[in-house]
Amino acid sequence: MISRRSFCKKSLLIAGGLAVPLAALELFDPKRLLAEKEDGNKVRWVFLVDTHKCVGCGFCVKGCKTENEVPYDANVTRTWVERYAVTKDGKTHIDSPKGARDGFETTKFDIGEGKFEDVKNEDIDKAFFVPKLCNQCDNPPCVQVCPVGATYQTADGVVLVDRTWCIGCGYCIMGCPYGVRFFHPVYHVAEKCNFCYHRISKGMKTECVDACAFGARRIGNIKDPNDPVTKIIMTERVNVLKEEYGTKPQVFYLGLTKEVR
Amino acid sequence: MKSHVWRPLYIVLLVIAGVLVVRKIIVPADFGIGARGYMYGWHRPSNEQDWKMVKVKYKTREYCKECHQDKYDEIRQSPHANINCENCHGPALGHPDDPKTLTIDRNRELCARCHFRLEYPTSGRGKIRGIDPKTHNPQLECVTCHWPHDPRKEGHSK
Amino acid sequence: MVHGEAWTLKEFFTYPNEYIYWTIQIVMYPFMTGLVAGAFVLSSLYHVFGVKELKGIARFSLVFSFALLPVAMLPLMLHLQQPQRGIEVMMTPHFTSAIAAFGIVFSTYAMIVASELWFVYRKHFVESALALRSIPQRSLGQNLGHLLFSALTLGAMDISEHAIEADERAVKKLAGAGIPVACFLHGYAGFIFGSVKANALWMTPLMPVIFICSAVVSGIALCILVYTVTMEIRKFLAARKKANYPELPSPEELKSAEVHVVTMTAKYLLMFMVAAITLELLDLIFRGYTAVKSWDILRAVIYERDFVNIFVVQYGLGNLLPFIMFLIPGVTIRRAVVGSCLVLMGVFMMRWNVVIGGQAFSSSLAGFMHYKMPIIPDSVETFKEGLFGALTVAVVPFCIFYVLNKVMPVFKETH
Repeated sequence: MISRRSFCKKSLLIAGGLAVPLAALELFDPKRLLAEKEDGNKVRWVFLVDTHKCVGCGFCVKGCKTENEVPYDANVTRTWVERYAVTKDGKTHIDSPKGARDGFETTKFDIGEGKFEDVKNEDIDKAFFVPKLCNQCDNPPCVQVCPVGATYQTADGVVLVDRTWCIGCGYCIMGCPYGVRFFHPVYHVAEKCNFCYHRISKGMKTECVDACAFGARRIGNIKDPNDPVTKIIMTERVNVLKEEYGTKPQVFYLGLTKEVR
Repeated sequence: MKSHVWRPLYIVLLVIAGVLVVRKIIVPADFGIGARGYMYGWHRPSNEQDWKMVKVKYKTREYCKECHQDKYDEIRQSPHANINCENCHGPALGHPDDPKTLTIDRNRELCARCHFRLEYPTSGRGKIRGIDPKTHNPQLECVTCHWPHDPRKEGHSK
Repeated sequence: MVHGEAWTLKEFFTYPNEYIYWTIQIVMYPFMTGLVAGAFVLSSLYHVFGVKELKGIARFSLVFSFALLPVAMLPLMLHLQQPQRGIEVMMTPHFTSAIAAFGIVFSTYAMIVASELWFVYRKHFVESALALRSIPQRSLGQNLGHLLFSALTLGAMDISEHAIEADERAVKKLAGAGIPVACFLHGYAGFIFGSVKANALWMTPLMPVIFICSAVVSGIALCILVYTVTMEIRKFLAARKKANYPELPSPEELKSAEVHVVTMTAKYLLMFMVAAITLELLDLIFRGYTAVKSWDILRAVIYERDFVNIFVVQYGLGNLLPFIMFLIPGVTIRRAVVGSCLVLMGVFMMRWNVVIGGQAFSSSLAGFMHYKMPIIPDSVETFKEGLFGALTVAVVPFCIFYVLNKVMPVFKETH
């Protein structure tokens, strides 16, 4: 028969014993609690893409590859432009040859394996271009799955990769629903768009924004209510890509339509 | 604890101690939890600085303006006003100290990025005046007839 | 050349950066971990649950599980772009990632298996060390052997009945602790895939359970296979040696023991196989019935592009056929061997269809990718992520097993 005294003693002991490992978890992470309490940051970078304005010239892709030292002829890119054409038969044609590094100088659509399909102008109901880049998600799944802490999000919302620490497992590449990440052909580590972190932290704009002659790409600070990009996001009907993944993407699109992948 | 049964445990403890020592040596001292917590901010903070140190290659039109005010003024009041100098002239990078770093692109393909005619009704592209490079003076450089800094003017013969 | 470009064929619209980044090595990884976990579970059936019929195969599968252990890590190392940094998984683990637990779970498991082996073989180590010590003029080889066995005893030379009993109790406890860890080790390999929300084929909570069941299936099948092969070799040797050493078991004795063990083991194989197939089919039916956004492209992959791989090779040849073979009464050794081979192939194809099949479509859901496995390597990369890299991984455990068998003879009666 267990006495009340020993029962109390033992249950306290067990509860205490269980609390020790739990407490270790708390200690593990004090800054996180602080961060969750209040977010004192003044900057949160966001991006705005106007698909009505994009003409598919690909200067953004060209500039990005040079600016960010991604080998020019490698078939990977931090940003790219997709071309969509919805024809009268209801079909959607999509392509992005070489990520649109050289623009779109043909009416033929690249359907892979070296084959092309001509889409005649008169068959088209709607056609447009959609620039893509890293969404710098608020819940970046790529960061969540990095096993070693080689990729992370900065206080101002940009997801970066530590080239000296990445083991090259490719889990982040698999984890990104937007296909933004790839292995850098020279450094052999995960590589991604980082909103030209070296430029935006100097007060410049990203290279793709500077290279765009049509104002289709804009970068802004969502924490600044007077920022023109913030104003548009707040007052106009903007959309994001693949919201269903719960990633909370921070690249906003004007003129997005259901055909966009 | 005298029993020999515990011997493998000692080996295990030795291994764990070894891992902890190696960890102390290998892991950078500043490695830790950043602004976004353990889930999104587990990293080496000095890496943020590494990324900020990346060299800027495209220095924007404001940099070009410092010396080439005339060219700047000309293009800024032309229909090409929004095209950055470096889109065609290449990144300023080492310019002017090392003039060779400028790579001016006079290819027809460069102009065709916008001026290849694609009649896309719901896109800005459809509103740009365009040609088919296959039939429009195929052998000539565009700049022979069109002056890129102000397409309203005639080109230069160089 | 970009990583992945050499073996990826793209069709229709895929994102520019998409390639088949996880190739044959990532197929080998869950396959090998599955074999480790399965072999261990099999040996534990005897040690923990006292399934006496499995005594003959229990020690064998334990040693084989240990031989497979380093090899479960090999494909991961071969696949990493920066293999020299692999140790970082232990240094700065990021536990929100399914891969981060690997270092810890794997080492825990390795330590459990190693300790269990130590307890099983301690008597043998002590006896060998003492036997070598008693030789007055030792050759170099004998000296090394003496050193090795003395080190392996960890200084515990007591082999009294009391001490051996303590060993047996420890084995039982370790085997008991090992089962959940083995399941965790492998279930978490399933979690690595199941938790990737960006991949429509992988994302299902059933993935870890499916992986565990098929792991046990493959582990048991491999044990049956290797066990019968080694028994055949022993029979052959026994027939030759019989003349000189009459105390050795006769080929007939060996054969009857063999058939008995194989029949018993095959029963457990069938049980786990039923569980694995049920779950896999449940997953498939559920996907078809709910038919969410990604179903259109998944259907194209499952029922059209990968139809032969999935329904003919995996389910037909790899599951149904061996299932019938084991079910027909009066299992013979030959039938068991063929059946086990088919099961192993079936489980391998299941891994293949998950890993490669999961990358057979673009996350744009508007295009396909095809993995063209490099056969003749023309660079380190195409070696590592091609046929020969996979074969290397497949052969190594047998080499390790051969060496281990010298130190820890699987078939010698110690207790």
